[in-house]
Amino acid sequence: MRKVISFILLLIVATGIAISLKEIPFGETESKLREYCLEHGIQETGATNIVTSVVVNYRGFDTLGEVTVLFLAAIGLSAVLYRDKEIERKKGRKSSLILFTGCRFLFPLILLFGAYIFIHGHLTPGGGFQGGAIIASGFLLTILGCWRWVGINRSRFKVTESLSGIAFVVIGLIGLLYGGYFLLNYLPKGTPNELFSAGIIPVIYIAIGFKVGSEIAGIIDDMVRSG
Amino acid sequence: MMLEIILIFVMLVSAIAAGIFKDLLNSIIAAGFVSFIAAILFYFLHAPDVAMAEASIGAALTVAIFIIAIRKTERFEEDEKSD
Repeated sequence: MRKVISFILLLIVATGIAISLKEIPFGETESKLREYCLEHGIQETGATNIVTSVVVNYRGFDTLGEVTVLFLAAIGLSAVLYRDKEIERKKGRKSSLILFTGCRFLFPLILLFGAYIFIHGHLTPGGGFQGGAIIASGFLLTILGCWRWVGINRSRFKVTESLSGIAFVVIGLIGLLYGGYFLLNYLPKGTPNELFSAGIIPVIYIAIGFKVGSEIAGIIDDMVRSG
Repeated sequence: MMLEIILIFVMLVSAIAAGIFKDLLNSIIAAGFVSFIAAILFYFLHAPDVAMAEASIGAALTVAIFIIAIRKTERFEEDEKSD
């Protein structure tokens, strides 16, 4: 009975959403913003990846909010899972030699790939969030395969996270002091398609990459250590 | 175009399966599969940025976090009481 009622309610909600969305044309927009970003994006920001120029430059303040949301989620999770006494990870079976060696071999390569993605965020697809997630998946691999080799200190995640968050805000505040508004792109733009171009965009993306990587790795670490 | 239709169909089936399975490990893997196909579709729609985020977060990290959570709680969902 309960399932039938919930199914009917779901149908009502779905038709409501469908009716309200029917009027909006798919894939078309009245706004001129898309054309503006595509035409002027490269000259104004120096970043060849237009998505990055929107995320970090035109909508940089939104990105700060996004990073803050992730930060609050990680802090909330640590607060819920916090224990006075640090519980040592249960001694499971020791990983086999092949797994241990393979994991030790792959971990630096994954870190390198993640760093590549966020350092080249203004040139190729990807950026701080994607690179950070890849770095966190590298830490996940060590947690699964070669825990004893790494022996991560949990407070290091928090320190990295805080420092990179502060770096993001400080870069924005320098723009406020220097040019009059927050997150102003005050560094030289350089020539597009070069690694050192696009002003503060790569700097901010490096900060975001460190922050997201340490945050998600910290979340996984909290989950594994708790209870 | 045909490939995309097949992918969307598989995605729908695995999304429904994720809700139906009683074994939570199976339903997490089905939900991860939804993210994986979503990443492929994003790539077909010329959004490689979103595809990378979806593949690494949705298909890898979320699944891992859920599996860790299952290891610490219970694996099988109890039968719902009929009322």
